Amino acid sequence: MFKSKQLRDSLARTRGSFFGQITGLFGASDINDDLWDDLEALLIQADVGVDTTLSLVERVKDRVAREGIVKASDAQRVLKEEMLSLLAADGSRPPSLDRKRLLTVVLVVGVNGSGKTTTIAKLAHYYRRQGQNVVLAATDTFRAAAIDQLKVWGERAGVTVIAHQPGADPGAVVFDAIKSSQARGATMVIVDTAGRLHTKYNLMKELEKIRSIAAKQVHEAPHETLLVLDATTGQNAISQARHFKKSVDVTGVVLAKLDGTAKGGVVFAIARELGVPVRFVGTGEGIEDLAEFDAETFVEGLFAG
Amino acid sequence: MFENLQDKLQGVFQRLSSRGKLSEADVDAALREVRLALLEADVNFKVVKDFIGRVRERAVGVEVMQSLTPAQQVVKIVNEELIATLGEPARLNLDGPAPHVIMLVGLQGSGKTTTASKLALFLRKSNHRPLLVAADTRRPAAIEQLQVLGRQLDIPVHAEGTDVPPPQICANAIKKARQGAHDVIILDTAGRLHIDEALMDELAQVKAKTNPQEVLLVADAMTGQDAVRVAESFHQQVGLTGLILTKIDGDARGGAAISIRSVTGVPIKFLGTGERSGDLEKFHPDRMASRILGMGDILTLIERAESTLDQEKAQRAGERLLAGEFNLEDFLEQLGEVKKLGPMSQLLEMIPGMASMSRSLPPDLTDQQLRRVEAIINSMTLAERRNPKILNASRKRRVARGSGTTVQEVNQLLAQFRQMQRMMKQLRGGKGQRALANLLGGFR
Ligand SMILES: Nc1nc2c(ncn2[C@@H]2O[C@H](COP(=O)(O)OP(=O)(O)OP(=O)(O)O)[C@@H](O)[C@H]2O)c(=O)[nH]1
Ligand SMILES: [Mg+2]
Repeated sequence: MFKSKQLRDSLARTRGSFFGQITGLFGASDINDDLWDDLEALLIQADVGVDTTLSLVERVKDRVAREGIVKASDAQRVLKEEMLSLLAADGSRPPSLDRKRLLTVVLVVGVNGSGKTTTIAKLAHYYRRQGQNVVLAATDTFRAAAIDQLKVWGERAGVTVIAHQPGADPGAVVFDAIKSSQARGATMVIVDTAGRLHTKYNLMKELEKIRSIAAKQVHEAPHETLLVLDATTGQNAISQARHFKKSVDVTGVVLAKLDGTAKGGVVFAIARELGVPVRFVGTGEGIEDLAEFDAETFVEGLFAG
Repeated sequence: MFENLQDKLQGVFQRLSSRGKLSEADVDAALREVRLALLEADVNFKVVKDFIGRVRERAVGVEVMQSLTPAQQVVKIVNEELIATLGEPARLNLDGPAPHVIMLVGLQGSGKTTTASKLALFLRKSNHRPLLVAADTRRPAAIEQLQVLGRQLDIPVHAEGTDVPPPQICANAIKKARQGAHDVIILDTAGRLHIDEALMDELAQVKAKTNPQEVLLVADAMTGQDAVRVAESFHQQVGLTGLILTKIDGDARGGAAISIRSVTGVPIKFLGTGERSGDLEKFHPDRMASRILGMGDILTLIERAESTLDQEKAQRAGERLLAGEFNLEDFLEQLGEVKKLGPMSQLLEMIPGMASMSRSLPPDLTDQQLRRVEAIINSMTLAERRNPKILNASRKRRVARGSGTTVQEVNQLLAQFRQMQRMMKQLRGGKGQRALANLLGGFR
């Protein structure tokens, strides 16, 4: 059922602490008001957010009434379906990634410290295994030693890193990375960008510029723009997703650091409000600690056990 | 744009008995909104529950003050309780004999390394001789990151590569600090999960070997519900003495501050307000409280206005305004005053409800508009400024040409000014209160 051990492990933790409780809740045979209150409490504590929680519970209540459901375990099934339908909002993989092309460009963005560089190392490893010839572009020329960090990862993943000096123009790095990828026949460029708060106008403009340089060089690039979110983040993640989507048209989310105790429930709101799907989850600091996100598997897993 | 809590409460109270004592029903209705506001701000669910309980106890039966509406009265109590929960800002504890050890701990990516360099800079500015210690041997290039920052600030960094265990590195750093006459040692430890037993144990060892005076949890202002569990674990396993909240320069409401304070009881020592080494600020509980409640940073604005504006000029303008004598020349003078407060975009950020709007504008746009307004008025003769009515078509063309704008823009400014004058007339008339309320309402 599960695609990888990491996802299963991290879900096991989530299951134990959160959905384990839900299952416990629903175990109590009949539906009553306490059930709804407890359910709300659990969802909010998983960072699902007030609005999304209320609308989920409302939808489940409606259906329970409409379908004449009396057993708590049936209500659980309805909740599961509703949560699933939220996450499945926008299909799975971007069609553009599956299409054959000479060079695929993946842009990775996010706020400071969310896990971009580590995620890129994992992605490089993941796509290399799928037979891609991967090059990394070190456009974070601002943060101290960000370039060195990416170079270490590049070595570990066995992929080339194209970098300039600290302080160099990020746009020039992208340009160079794409040119040199084309020259050496690489099939995928993954662009590491500096962390930036989505509220900083100039930094977001810089990101748009990076994107447009890639777009000019390669047809329809970037073919995927991933927003890396820290699973520990609360409701601010919605604002992050909204701003990054507006600036660089985010096509997917990577939920990093899901190996902690945070639940990352805010992705429900992001899917609901912005229609941006989750593509991967990060489950540790190692290069293998990345799992494909699959809504069905995820929600199924959350309720199991 | 999130709605202001006070607006929501206003709505609640309009439906209720609105004078005299706050009844139980009044308070409960209001607290429902407060609860939602706090949850939206990422305050932990259980912490919110306790908090609401405390406010309820204080609020039921309270006499509504003469000068306040019931909504304002509740907000006042909530605000006071929030400020009390957030606690007084605390200074770094550097008592006793040097060297003093400050240990930074936290989750991955919370901002420890940047904060270490900020603290070092802050300390040096207050005449200390800090030594930075690179104890993150795990994340690739973490040591280099600290070294680069140290070089930029010209502050020494103790590093021993990635093979020596961190507790050993830190112990060695203390020896080195004594030789080099450093009086403060800042330990930059690797980010780790609070459930990682081996790594949490490593922190305990670092602490045992270095006997730090300060163990500061560095936490991201964007942290959600899990803040409580993280803070609790770190506190239990290493014993915290304070908190630094980072990335507060974004639009996170920062409810984690309340959560962490509530479960650890340790004071908030600093806020991280940007990526550069100078971006470390004192913590103000009152500002944090209005931020969490979604009420903007109006206090900072008022404080800045008080210290920057020419009170006398403002007083004079106010009198002329009320006397109906306010003309474009006074307006120009006031514009000059407002500009002293800083860029418009920054000012808008501080006004409740305006923050998200101002962020969607280019930072210099509003200021550009102000400059155009100034240019237009500057191109008018004194007579025209005092009596804009004399501006006919040909005069307007001249003003437009002189200011590098268009007649349309000149007309627009004049229309706005006339509207302002009309409102002032109403103010002087009996409907004053309501008109002022409308005027202010327009800003939300
Ligand atoms: N436990 C855990 N840690 C992670 C995960 N992904 C990243 N990290 C850690 O989070 C910290 C920050 O990761 P980076 O990859 O440097 O984050 P970034 O977004 O590139 O940071 P900036 O470029 O500084 O904005 C590092 O210590 C990583 O090891 C994850 O899935 N699980
Ligand atoms: Mg990075």
